[in-house]
Amino acid sequence: MRNASRGSILRTLTAAAAVVLLGLATACGSGAAPSAPDPAAVGPNGLDDGTTLTLWTRAPLEKQAKLLVEAYNAAHTNKVELTVVPNDDYVAKVGAAAGAGSLPDLFAADIVYVPSWVRQGLFQDISASIDRLPFKTSINKGHMAAGTFENRAHVLPFVLDLSMLFWNKDLFREAGLDPEKAPATLAEYAAAAKAVQALGKPDTYGTATGLNCGGCLVFTWFPSIWAAGAPVISPDGGTSLLDSPAATEVYQVWRDLWAAGAVLPSSRDEAGPTWTAGFTEGKVGLMFYPATLLSSTQGFDVGVAGIPGPDGGRSTFVGGDGIGISKDSTKAAQAWNFLDWLLSEQAQVEVLGKNRDVVSRSDLAGNRYAAQDPRLVAINEVASGGETPVATNFQQAFNATNSPWLTLVRNAVLDGGADLPKDNAEITAVLSQQ
Amino acid sequence: MSVTVASPRQGRPVQGRPVQGRPRQGRPVQGWLYAAPTAVFVTALFVVPLLLVLVMSGSRWPLLSGNQGWNFPANYTKAVGNRFFLDSVAFTLTYTALATALLIGLGLGLALLVQESTRWKGLLRTAFLVPNALGLASASLLFYVLYSPFAGPFAAITEQLGFTFLGTPDAALWSTLFLIVWRYAGFYMLLMLVGLQSVPFDVFEAARIDGATRWQTFRHVTLPLLRPTLALTTVLCVTGSLLAFEQFYILTKGGPDNSTISVVQLVYTVAFQGQNDLGVAAALSVLVLLALVVVNAVQLRAFHRTDVDAGTS
Repeated sequence: MRNASRGSILRTLTAAAAVVLLGLATACGSGAAPSAPDPAAVGPNGLDDGTTLTLWTRAPLEKQAKLLVEAYNAAHTNKVELTVVPNDDYVAKVGAAAGAGSLPDLFAADIVYVPSWVRQGLFQDISASIDRLPFKTSINKGHMAAGTFENRAHVLPFVLDLSMLFWNKDLFREAGLDPEKAPATLAEYAAAAKAVQALGKPDTYGTATGLNCGGCLVFTWFPSIWAAGAPVISPDGGTSLLDSPAATEVYQVWRDLWAAGAVLPSSRDEAGPTWTAGFTEGKVGLMFYPATLLSSTQGFDVGVAGIPGPDGGRSTFVGGDGIGISKDSTKAAQAWNFLDWLLSEQAQVEVLGKNRDVVSRSDLAGNRYAAQDPRLVAINEVASGGETPVATNFQQAFNATNSPWLTLVRNAVLDGGADLPKDNAEITAVLSQQ
Repeated sequence: MSVTVASPRQGRPVQGRPVQGRPRQGRPVQGWLYAAPTAVFVTALFVVPLLLVLVMSGSRWPLLSGNQGWNFPANYTKAVGNRFFLDSVAFTLTYTALATALLIGLGLGLALLVQESTRWKGLLRTAFLVPNALGLASASLLFYVLYSPFAGPFAAITEQLGFTFLGTPDAALWSTLFLIVWRYAGFYMLLMLVGLQSVPFDVFEAARIDGATRWQTFRHVTLPLLRPTLALTTVLCVTGSLLAFEQFYILTKGGPDNSTISVVQLVYTVAFQGQNDLGVAAALSVLVLLALVVVNAVQLRAFHRTDVDAGTS
């Protein structure tokens, strides 16, 4: 009897465990997109009926997200509740919510992750609603392309972040360089960095970068390759082209700069958190720097230009975050109201433009705030000519802490005898995974 | 689980407590009731997650789109075939060997020091134990700043010496080991102290009367009598080190040049940073679990056997 009762209770427990498990499994497995093909069908601006919407974004864009949400809440009966998640935890948090079917109504994603997330069905198809927008063709093309899968658009630009060449005019003046003229080639960039380094000022360096930060390097070095007219990955996102002659020249310039001691020494191990700090504190002569931080460079004079290639040309990485309506949202019409407002002149100019941020619409590039600051016009102009690489396995190939891209750069810049074709093949191997 | 359930029932007759006046068939139910809280917690917090991981490890389960159906054993071949798998296993074993040697050695040394010193006992004990008040993640963040070549207090010195705490693979490993020793040496000292205090004083006295030197006393009296404590501490330390994660996640992120990827960090990376494949991550976790079970069984058996040998000789 003893055995029998223990056995039966064990069986009950096992059954209970199995039930819980099945519940979890089915909850995790429900990935079908709800049918809300055209949230703007109820009216061109969606619905503003006092609904509470949830919105997630990652910490680097906290400032812009807060400004936008405050402005929206002040002018609408809908209320948007903003949740800001630390950068490193964002993918894990979205992943857990996607599995459990509890994504917020709206969420933003690093634009390089958008192709993969769209493909996995995390965003609702909003093509029909976007097609109604009169300014559809002037929305940033890089972001739109990243959010388009099988000709259906799922994502709109939330905040644009561009990589630009920033130079400290005060340090340029001291080093005898023309403070009003941006270096036109990578060679001029290197010469300027060495000239600032040669000042011999304590704690002051020619340039800085994040040599242990795959995301930083993608953001700031790809444009040099694009400026030379060379692609970085194949159009289908499956092959790495980072062993091209143009790319090799870029690594060569940086290797030379590193060997000459003109790079901030902590750049070697910089994994991301403080990669811009040196320039922001006025201790770095010039660097490729995120345009969203323009308003944080205080106390010294800054010049801004597109990122040059080895032999001239200018380009930029159109990064930042795209935003869409999640597969789990039941309030698509209300969420569209926010997206519709986000791209309006009111939000783009009076919120983003006023805060010296880049606008997502090329027809608003010359807005009245930009007109007051020639640097903003420069940024807005480069924005429409910049690029956003599209690849499903982008995060693993480039941003991850153990990405093959990081291995390639560190071998090519810090170590001497690098096997570039082999390191490049490793990136292709990761990119082409299914 | 079965042990917890069985003991109240089996315990009673041995203790010889009178059982009359109570309906016989009531006892098993009552036993189960006693055991129920534990059983519920163990089921909900251990058995169910374990089963879930097992199912996950046999399924195609991308982070963002959930369970896509059975996929055994592809996840396991992918896990073993991961380009960092062998490196991470080798690194974890190296780290575990070094951390265990350092912590057990220092823990024992500090315990003997504290035991010998009469005057400064309280102060020493407190000083060694204070780092324990800090969580491992907080301690790692503290050292991240201390080691930082940009914001750290030693930035100027390290720059002059042309050296960084986390810049080379060896430096990163030893800097992390220093953090772990700083954080845990006090804890292991405390465990050793408890062990030392359970050794009867007359044994030492007898050794001294027999003319044993300090070293002989330590080697032939203290160490054998400390064996249970040493078993406990090595099992704790080896298990903890094999599962090392926070310190590497925060301090080195697996760098420089992928030289400090621990196995658990590989699990995390596969799950959340890039591959985003919970199936392969779960397969790796199951492999780690199996390895831990084997290692612990071998360890316990080894200590047990020497115990018996010591008794018979």
